[in-house]
Amino acid sequence: MKDLILNIVPDAVIEEKEKLTVTVEPKQLHPLVKALYSNKELPFDYLISLIGMDWGDKLGVIYLLSSSKDMSREIAIITATEDRENPLLYSITDMYEAAHLNEREVYALLGIRFINNPDMRKFLLAEDWNGYPLRKDYNDDPKLNPITIANKEIVDIAPFIKEDEKGNLVEGTTDIFEEDDYVINIGPQHPSTHGVMHFRTALNGEVIKKIDVHSGYIHRGIEKMAESMTYPQILHLTDRLDYLSASNNRHALCMCVEKAAGIEVPERAQYIRVIMDELNRISSHLLAWAAHCNDLGGTTAFIYGVREREHVLDIFDKTCGGRLIVNYNVIGGVMNDIYPDFQKDVKAFIPYMREKLVEYDNFFTHNPITLNRMINVGNLSYEDAVSYAVTGPAGRGSGWSCDVRIHKPYSLYDKVKFKEIIRTEGDSYARYLNRLDEIEQALQIIEQLVDNIPEGEFKAKTKPIIRLPEGQFYQSVEAGKGEFAVFIESKGDKSPYRIKFRSPSFAAVSAMPIISEGELLTDFIGIGGSMDYVIPDIDR
Amino acid sequence: MNYNQPLELTGLVSNLHEFFRDNLSPFWATLVEGALVLLALLTLYAVIALALIYIERKITAFFQSRLGPNRLGKYGVIQSIADMIKILIKEIIHIKEVDKFLFYAAPFFVIVSSMLTFGAIPFGQGLQAVDFNIGIVYVLATSSIGIIGVLLAGWSSNNKYSMLGAMRSGAQFISYELSAGFALMTVVVLSGTMQLSEIVESQRYAWNIFNGHILALIAFIIYLISGHAETNRGPFDLPEAEGELTAGYHTEYSGLQFGFFYLAEYLNMFIIASIATTVFLGGWMPIQIKGWDAFNQIMWYIPSYVWFFGKAGFLVFLSLWVRWTFPRMRIDLLLNLEWKYLLPINLINIIVMVVMVLMGWTLSDWFPALFGN
Repeated sequence: MKDLILNIVPDAVIEEKEKLTVTVEPKQLHPLVKALYSNKELPFDYLISLIGMDWGDKLGVIYLLSSSKDMSREIAIITATEDRENPLLYSITDMYEAAHLNEREVYALLGIRFINNPDMRKFLLAEDWNGYPLRKDYNDDPKLNPITIANKEIVDIAPFIKEDEKGNLVEGTTDIFEEDDYVINIGPQHPSTHGVMHFRTALNGEVIKKIDVHSGYIHRGIEKMAESMTYPQILHLTDRLDYLSASNNRHALCMCVEKAAGIEVPERAQYIRVIMDELNRISSHLLAWAAHCNDLGGTTAFIYGVREREHVLDIFDKTCGGRLIVNYNVIGGVMNDIYPDFQKDVKAFIPYMREKLVEYDNFFTHNPITLNRMINVGNLSYEDAVSYAVTGPAGRGSGWSCDVRIHKPYSLYDKVKFKEIIRTEGDSYARYLNRLDEIEQALQIIEQLVDNIPEGEFKAKTKPIIRLPEGQFYQSVEAGKGEFAVFIESKGDKSPYRIKFRSPSFAAVSAMPIISEGELLTDFIGIGGSMDYVIPDIDR
Repeated sequence: MNYNQPLELTGLVSNLHEFFRDNLSPFWATLVEGALVLLALLTLYAVIALALIYIERKITAFFQSRLGPNRLGKYGVIQSIADMIKILIKEIIHIKEVDKFLFYAAPFFVIVSSMLTFGAIPFGQGLQAVDFNIGIVYVLATSSIGIIGVLLAGWSSNNKYSMLGAMRSGAQFISYELSAGFALMTVVVLSGTMQLSEIVESQRYAWNIFNGHILALIAFIIYLISGHAETNRGPFDLPEAEGELTAGYHTEYSGLQFGFFYLAEYLNMFIIASIATTVFLGGWMPIQIKGWDAFNQIMWYIPSYVWFFGKAGFLVFLSLWVRWTFPRMRIDLLLNLEWKYLLPINLINIIVMVVMVLMGWTLSDWFPALFGN
């Protein structure tokens, strides 16, 4: 691997850190990524994360790449520019579709523009936002960005900056829609966008011609907030990203901090964490199933899904008092021990859930209308799934083996037996069935663990103030929607220098335009349900 | 045969009629009677709507393992009345940039169409306000006026969602109107009349659905499907499709105007069930078996309007069952179902029915002693 990199970029700085880290000049980035992308043996075709950074003297990006063939191989590529007035880097959108929205996010938050990205509008922030929040010299004076109640027209014109054959930079604009397109707004206030999502949709009759994704209506700047918080405080924010995978998200940050600070987590806490993760996955998939059915017009199915989810929430409630936002994992273990009847309740839930899965099967899964509405609708090919970095049940519905629990096992996942559910059809129905099957797999994992919870401490002793050593730390987990990752850059302080969350929903939404094109408006809603995104996860 | 019918309203109706004839000039008698009938029908219309809304909410709750309304009154029975008062006193929001005349006229088309149809339904013995000799054609004609209101609402609202909803509705309604019409015509062939009262009378010993056995059953099922589709209720609720179009053609309406759409939707469900009852299930006629006088007498003790509402109620229940079981159809599937399956089957069905009636293959032809009138 090193030889390959040095072949392309002889003066690259290669470091063996937690991940293989390569630092290159901006000009050399594109050729290097291209070489890695088209590497025959192990193509690095999966863009896990694109992390915008402000190192004070330099503005830059960390590209976290992996291969769809072997997800355990990861490489981090760093590039940076010293120009703070007009920072320009080269875009990698020609290889990774996932880079489109990510680069736009970096532009909004750090002001770095990407050459050759065809659409350089701000993502997550309004076009007229003053300043770049994630820069260290950002002025957060509210007078600069006053709250207005004035009506703002949406401008469908995208600026871009590109390099022509001679190497000159040319700036220009493109129109997103054609002049006489019939454009309707699906969202931000719409019952079926699963939150405050906004799709500008051009219709041709009832057929979808083009979709433009707008997001950021509930952007809370969690990554910015985290920079002024201590690690235990940040934990509370993770639950509020993808609130349906609260446990899993929090587990990721806990592990990242524990790994960096060298904290040993007791065995008992590991068991409890994994059981809670899997229960959380069940609740997430149940709600996804329910909401998907509701999007297809099956209101009764929605109520059924929520009914079963209630049992999981009751267990959460008794364990830690929280139901949706559980706040249960803490650094070094879990907040408090499980309650005496925990095992009994969980074991009662398993057969109950199995029985209900059969009921779902009888009631909805084989209904002719359901089949017509899902089979061959919203096709996401394997290549697109990788390129758009769509992981989780949706990615596995396209035949991509992308389960973090298998490829990058963490906590107890290398000790339990379970099957990775993979389907190759890539349509809504594959994604739908994947979720139901994963509920069954989660039940099996819980079954293996619940009787064997060892005695002992439920939380390791930690220092009152946790400082991480200087360095960069990564941790991925399999959340309900896909790969959720945490990146921390620490300068040895009690709060992170930069924290970045990789959100699986972000990728799912970025794939919506391509899989919905040419489908009917009715099916667009159903496809949205099958991709199962959660908006607060996107608007971090 | 004259049976003892203590609970029927025929006596009351004819007494009233005689009272007015005796005391008023013929002109005024007719006028007063007309006004009374109108009042009675409007009241019934509102009461049935309220009852249906309550029943639907309770039955839905039962399907969805919920409780449904249970706060106002015992088992929440006056919930609908509270809702009605709420909708009556709600502000009607005036939308900018709408075509005012069409926008405000649209709900009336819908409600008037549903009321006109409602008047022709025979609720019981002697309880029918309009009894034309072309009753079925009248019912089909008046119930089709409603679509104009829906199209106008979608067009005039100046809202893209409403527009899509209205266009879907137009396509759906016109398609399924064909099937509904043909299914009813099949029965007209069978019973040889279009007058609703005569159709009921002809089913004294054999309901049409039995008399015409297989063919009538096919027509009945087709009528139920297309009738259900005409009422815009799930799985055919594409025009509203709250998941996609927020509320479709009535997105921009509020207060009583929305109430009109809502009321008409519920009543249309009942009207479809009533017509199906009248045409296929013997209407208000009690179950009677030729020669079993004692049994027939007992059946007649149950008043005809109870029979009518019982049968119609059963069909309404079926419609709710379907609504809360199936997911929504897609517009292309919906039109496929109609044009590729229902309509061809229907056309063949009506021809075969003609042959069957001509050849004398109905039950009443085969067993006149049991089923003949």
